[in-house]
Amino acid sequence: MPFFAYTLVFLFLPAATVMVGAFQGATGGYTFDNVTEIAQTASLRHAYKESIEISLVTALLGGLLGFLIAYAAIRDGTPNWIRSAFATFSGVAANFGGIPLAFAFIATLGTIGIVTQFLANQLHWNPYFHGFTIFGKTGVELAYLYFQIPLMILVIAPAIDGLRQEWSEASSNLGANRLQFWRHIGLPVLFPSLLGAMILLFGNAFAAYATAYSLTSGTGLPLVPILIGADLSGNVYTNPHEGQALAFGMFVVLAAMMLFYIPLQRRATRWSR
Amino acid sequence: MEDYQEQEYEFWRRLDEESLDRRKLLRRGLAAGAGLTIFSLSDVALATRARVLADPPLRGTPGGMKALIAAAKKEGKLNDIALPDDWANYGGMIAAFKKKYGIDFARDNPSGSSAAENQAIVSLKGDPRAPDCVDVGPSFAVAGAAAGLYGRYFVSTYKTIPRGMKDTRGFWTGDYWGAVSIGYNGNLVQNAPRTFADLAKSEYKNKVAINGSPLTSNSAVAVVLAASLANGGSLNNVGPGIDYFAKLRKSGNYIPVETTPQTVASGQTPISLDWDYNNLAYVKEFPAAKWKVGLPSDGVYGGYYCQAINATGPHPFAARLWQEFLYSDQGQILWLKGFAHPARFTDMVGRKVIPKPLLAALPSAAIYNKVKFASQGQLTKAAAQIKAEWSSKVG
Repeated sequence: MPFFAYTLVFLFLPAATVMVGAFQGATGGYTFDNVTEIAQTASLRHAYKESIEISLVTALLGGLLGFLIAYAAIRDGTPNWIRSAFATFSGVAANFGGIPLAFAFIATLGTIGIVTQFLANQLHWNPYFHGFTIFGKTGVELAYLYFQIPLMILVIAPAIDGLRQEWSEASSNLGANRLQFWRHIGLPVLFPSLLGAMILLFGNAFAAYATAYSLTSGTGLPLVPILIGADLSGNVYTNPHEGQALAFGMFVVLAAMMLFYIPLQRRATRWSR
Repeated sequence: MEDYQEQEYEFWRRLDEESLDRRKLLRRGLAAGAGLTIFSLSDVALATRARVLADPPLRGTPGGMKALIAAAKKEGKLNDIALPDDWANYGGMIAAFKKKYGIDFARDNPSGSSAAENQAIVSLKGDPRAPDCVDVGPSFAVAGAAAGLYGRYFVSTYKTIPRGMKDTRGFWTGDYWGAVSIGYNGNLVQNAPRTFADLAKSEYKNKVAINGSPLTSNSAVAVVLAASLANGGSLNNVGPGIDYFAKLRKSGNYIPVETTPQTVASGQTPISLDWDYNNLAYVKEFPAAKWKVGLPSDGVYGGYYCQAINATGPHPFAARLWQEFLYSDQGQILWLKGFAHPARFTDMVGRKVIPKPLLAALPSAAIYNKVKFASQGQLTKAAAQIKAEWSSKVG
């Protein structure tokens, strides 16, 4: 019950306010203008495209790498201390985000970062003169992967633990090779968890704000949360209702993801029913 | 003793404002001066005092200063918001005001935006922590006045403020202006960039930064407008400025890093487009960076900020005294020490009250004479165009 009150105050009420505000004009009346404006404005559509692209790339890449690393680290036979050290490290890294993370990246890979300076002065190869920059999409994706991979490790580890040694032994007794084991047993068992974890990663990247903002100073890469920030707290213009409409658009994207996820999840878990 | 003082200022105020019968007032003043308890304790006097305290003056006058000072001292405090110490010498300004009047400051959110300032007036209404005074961009001054957030006040030097820079109803007054300038790190940049055209050269690759995002910062909008003037645009058409930065982003010259004192000190932003007062302040602040400043001769653009008083602030008298101080010769010179051109600059140059070394520290006056200011409508138009195009073209 306290939990219900908590979610009501901190989740449902704000969400409802955003939904209502998205359909209100500056003077208070109800209108579709905010929402249609998004569809008609190239720069806003572009922001959704960039946001979705970055979230997809970091969710898929982070999910894949996270899964492989987690599997390597925690499958049977790995010494216990590695497992626990790994879990602890992932727990810390997954929560390392926002301004400190952006600062760490700027200090290492920025124009005068340690690594950049090393490459430029010792190897005479300045990545910034060869098209590389962390103050753009690549940089934000790199920074996101820094917390996406450990998050994937954390959420997928229990599922990998659930993959019993006996199954793989049994399948090889029956003459299956590793590939066949994964094709017919490993992946089908893990698939629902993998999918769920990647959806989580997608949402995690989609809503991230501080990391991208501090890395690109709000001008390098137009992401939806950054534009919402500009709508709500800028010196130049304020348009809270457009911000709410943009947030509403984010709901829609996430809802679409869920619509895509639920049937897939059903299909993937059909064998277990 | 306090009662006596209060009655004295009340006396002066009435003399100034209501122009009551002089003789009657004098008699009253004498009574107050003699400390006649009958008068000072009477209900009428208490009621008058309460009304006067709740009702600060509309106009600053030399005669009213005494009363204003007394009332402000009685409040003893001023809540400011969004005034960074290293911005236009606010640090020095606040210290001087404190020293002169012994009034303390409660500082809030020094790096806040204009939107945050207006928002604080609304959301802290009735709270003793609410800001008493704000320093906001012109569009926010107009919006704030329209929303009834500001109290009216005409400083005693109101007449000498240029006409285009003040609200005739007294809701806000332009306080200082600056021009877009190019600052660069003498260690990292060999050849001085003098124009916007220069900045597009390949020798400045990975070097050019702006003070913020034009989606959220007025100074950055000003930079884009100046770039537009340099590239065949006008105050009515910021498009060429946006295209110019799109070109610089593509060539890698423009790095989307917001200039801060830290990035200037560390060399992360070797060239920064910013208000002249910020760039000039870095020269003194970071001698190791060998920071140098010039105005881009192909795009001389200026912008001003506005001073306004919270209509419902907790220290209305101190807020008005603060304005009197800001617009006095002393305050105006303090702004100039922070390299911001104060509103009464031309008046003071005319009266020759500005110390010569101070004028010498600024880029030549000749280039400042070419400065163009955008009107409110032009600024709104530019902001809308930037909003529509910046993120897809440059971002």
